[in-house]
Amino acid sequence: MSKELLTKKDIDRILARMAHEITEKNKGIGNLCLVGIQRGGVHLAKRLSKKIREIEGTNIPVGSLDIAFYRDDLSIRKEQPEVRKTEVPFELIDKKVVLVDDVLFTGRSIRAALDALMDIGRPKSIQLAVLIDRGHRELPIKADFVGKNIPTAFNENVEVCLEEEGIEDKVTIE
Amino acid sequence: MKLSSKDLLGIKELSEDEISLILDTASGFKDVLKRDIKKVPALRGKTAVNLFFEPSTRTKTSFELAEKRLSLDVLSLTATTSSVVKGEGLIDTALNVQALGADFMIIRHSSSGAPHLLSKNVNASVINAGDGINEHPTQALLDAFTIKEKIGKIEGLKIAIVGDILHSRVAKSNIYLLTKFGAEVRLIGPPTLVPVELESLGIKVFHDMDSGLKGVNVVMMLRIQMERQGKGFFPSTFEYSRFWGLNPERLSLADKDAIVMHPGPMNRGIEIASEVADGSRSVILEQVTNGLAVRMAVMYLLGGAR
Repeated sequence: MSKELLTKKDIDRILARMAHEITEKNKGIGNLCLVGIQRGGVHLAKRLSKKIREIEGTNIPVGSLDIAFYRDDLSIRKEQPEVRKTEVPFELIDKKVVLVDDVLFTGRSIRAALDALMDIGRPKSIQLAVLIDRGHRELPIKADFVGKNIPTAFNENVEVCLEEEGIEDKVTIE
Repeated sequence: MKLSSKDLLGIKELSEDEISLILDTASGFKDVLKRDIKKVPALRGKTAVNLFFEPSTRTKTSFELAEKRLSLDVLSLTATTSSVVKGEGLIDTALNVQALGADFMIIRHSSSGAPHLLSKNVNASVINAGDGINEHPTQALLDAFTIKEKIGKIEGLKIAIVGDILHSRVAKSNIYLLTKFGAEVRLIGPPTLVPVELESLGIKVFHDMDSGLKGVNVVMMLRIQMERQGKGFFPSTFEYSRFWGLNPERLSLADKDAIVMHPGPMNRGIEIASEVADGSRSVILEQVTNGLAVRMAVMYLLGGAR
């Protein structure tokens, strides 16, 4: 039984607010770049960069990061995770990276993303923006920018559906 | 998606979907190889043992490097410097190696079927790096990756494989893979090395290279195995290169964008002219780079012993 938590309009308003928060905290977009974590984070990063462009008038670099090789559960999974594109077509040195993901849960994906990013370069700093924080952290990881906090039970499943994947924008829980 | 077997023994045993999965995964690894830090922790803590009972430059170093790039611990055994010389058999060697904790065993052996025998006797993931005259699956996979990268597809392409088909495990693996993906495969060479009976596999045999090459999109040259000289397969290497050697004139009969491939090592001046091997249509060195990514993909997807 799945319940809709956020509609298309909700998501859009949240992203607009997050874009403002990101530019506010960083006092503009100097040296700023967005790196989305495959798959959900990549679409959100692109959307955020569009909104930031509307606010600040300039484009900031956007990249995508696949964390399949850095996961900590590769030896216990039944099958290896699908490998997707990692594209960071700019130098990371001196850059403030904002990692973008759809759902923050145990924090293990973010830990993997940090390792993956560090193997690509040495950014000046890394911040984290997530659409949904559903609690249940298993590692000391915290998001700098949160779209919505949603308390959940461990065995519930929060899904972020995005138009770019061919399904209507919405966030559901079951 | 995953591979259905714990081993990679041959192209024969792989489905189209599995082959596509390997090739797609290999793209991801090719990106890793372009970075400063060409290493991922994916298989950290696991161990790979390379058991090479036949000499090898490319395949052995390619596997060793692919293993290191995946953060595996690597051991290499060459038969001539191991107890195989004292008469220790294949299965005993493998069981001893497994007792040391091998998760992957990569084997090249002169007997067809050796990897298959091995896979039944060990829990490790067995990868066939070339067995007798049977198969060399990772070569066919990297060849397919190269073709897809350069031309964009395999289906409908005219692909010529030239040389000693009879004794070539590279040719066999390629024939299985390319026909699975709908390419038109042509085999070219002397009647002694390319028997007409092979047409029962659904491919065309040409003993005349000029007609065989007309309009092909890919020319895959095979090494003339000098060890077989003097056994009557052809009068001399000079004769061979006159009739079946790839030179610029013959290459111009192929499609204007045709690519030239060779699994290596090359006999320059015999099956392939230096001008062609080093020319703009040659993708021979790219095959080597792609081999690294493809082998990483295979090991990543197999994941090691379960």
